[in-house]
Amino acid sequence: MRSNVSAVDKHPGLRVTHLSYAYAKKTALDNVSFQVDRGSCSILLGPNGAGKSTLFSLVTRLYVASEGTIEVNGKNLRRSTYKALAKLGVVFQQTTLDMDMTVIQNLRYHSALHGLSRKQARIRIEQELLRQRMFDRRHEKIRQLNGGHRRRVEIARALLHQPSVLLLDEPTVGLDIASRQSMVEHIHQLATQDNLAVLWATHLIDEVDDSDQLIVLHQGRVLADGWVTELLHDYNADNVSELFQQLTMLEQAA
Amino acid sequence: MLHYFRALYGIVTRELWRFLSQRGRFLAALVRPLVWLFIFAAGFRSALGIAIIPPYDTYIPYEVYISPGLIGMIQLFNGMQSSLSMVYDREMGSMRVLLVTPLPRWFLLVCKLLASTAVSIMQVFVFLLIAWFYDIQAPLQGYLWILPALLLSGLMLGALGMLLSSFVNQLENFAGVMNFVIFPMFFLSSALYPLWKMQESSELLYTLAKYNPFTQAVELIRFALYGKINDDALLFTAVSLVVFLLLAIWGYNPSKGLMPRKQG
Repeated sequence: MRSNVSAVDKHPGLRVTHLSYAYAKKTALDNVSFQVDRGSCSILLGPNGAGKSTLFSLVTRLYVASEGTIEVNGKNLRRSTYKALAKLGVVFQQTTLDMDMTVIQNLRYHSALHGLSRKQARIRIEQELLRQRMFDRRHEKIRQLNGGHRRRVEIARALLHQPSVLLLDEPTVGLDIASRQSMVEHIHQLATQDNLAVLWATHLIDEVDDSDQLIVLHQGRVLADGWVTELLHDYNADNVSELFQQLTMLEQAA
Repeated sequence: MLHYFRALYGIVTRELWRFLSQRGRFLAALVRPLVWLFIFAAGFRSALGIAIIPPYDTYIPYEVYISPGLIGMIQLFNGMQSSLSMVYDREMGSMRVLLVTPLPRWFLLVCKLLASTAVSIMQVFVFLLIAWFYDIQAPLQGYLWILPALLLSGLMLGALGMLLSSFVNQLENFAGVMNFVIFPMFFLSSALYPLWKMQESSELLYTLAKYNPFTQAVELIRFALYGKINDDALLFTAVSLVVFLLLAIWGYNPSKGLMPRKQG
């Protein structure tokens, strides 16, 4: 679908192929395929109910897909489950930190789940907290932190075990505009610095950067997949909002 | 292997820490059995004469009879409460953090169970300490013997709670389940009255109570507290644990179990 995958990137960070999933009656995902390369940020754009949450549930293995494959860092999630999960970092939509525990306790718990030794954990926690500018607040309880700071702790946590893929499920929900913008910038930096494949799900069009790859999901199907600039050019649209409207209208007409 | 051990350690420490930091929960867990001991048992002692039945070798006051039942009650509530927190965790997401851990799901669930059992054992020992000063004293070695019994009964009741939590998708429903599970299980058991006493009034109730896993757990604890092993209770509790655990693991299996039906 996308032409500019360079020959060097033989292992895309995240590859989803022909993925379908249905709840009791409703089809939630219909033959979804895309890939996110390492070092780049892909925005998964879609309104509420488009299937973003289902996709995240499948990639994080809350459920197992009936059809299709998911590969993380070249490892098949179904066959090499634990190798694949070990390379996956996730920031869930709701805060998943323990409110009455301190920042460092939360991160230690996560390090234990990923099998880091005490020493490794201490080093990694310090590195990530410094990077998220949260090291000074490491002994504060999560409850005392504001929404933006909690998110930073969650990003630090998602990166503790040095994943190759970072999933973010509407990470800016509940943040003010300034924190949202700084988060968008920050995640883009991380993608390049750490050579991460970032998949960022959102329904907010203004979170899409011109340098991003864009995957438009609507009613369980991928309507478009490509670099933002290319898509805008192909559909002759001025901005992402217009592009999105065009795509969904085409879909309804079809 | 080291990874497994570290994860287990992490999960248990988190659970203990969470329990200790929630003072309200700690207090509630203690007040409930103490109310039964200090008020209910005191009022009830004159209404019920207890004959000499094993493991006791003398006439005992009602408070002594009821104590193992209340220990069972602590574990029953704890088991249900920690699975309630699993339903809550699943809705709020921290269960999802646990489930993306690169370890087999059955192992993570067993860790969760061990963690909640550790919490319940802590509660039990605080209860036993208070009971000691209320003159309910078992032989000293009983306090050691009771440990493996508590581990087994705690795991069994926790597994039952976990099984229920895998069936129930919302917190509100779970409150209902608790009422329909906890009360019948507690009252239809040997926790408050010996089974032979129940047999006098109804053969049906007696049979139901006898095959109630909670009765067996309570008897296991009762005998252990006096340094004795109740083979039937041990076997029954162990088998119940295996059955509940397997069903719970099946219930949390991402492809075959009940998880996919959860999303509306």
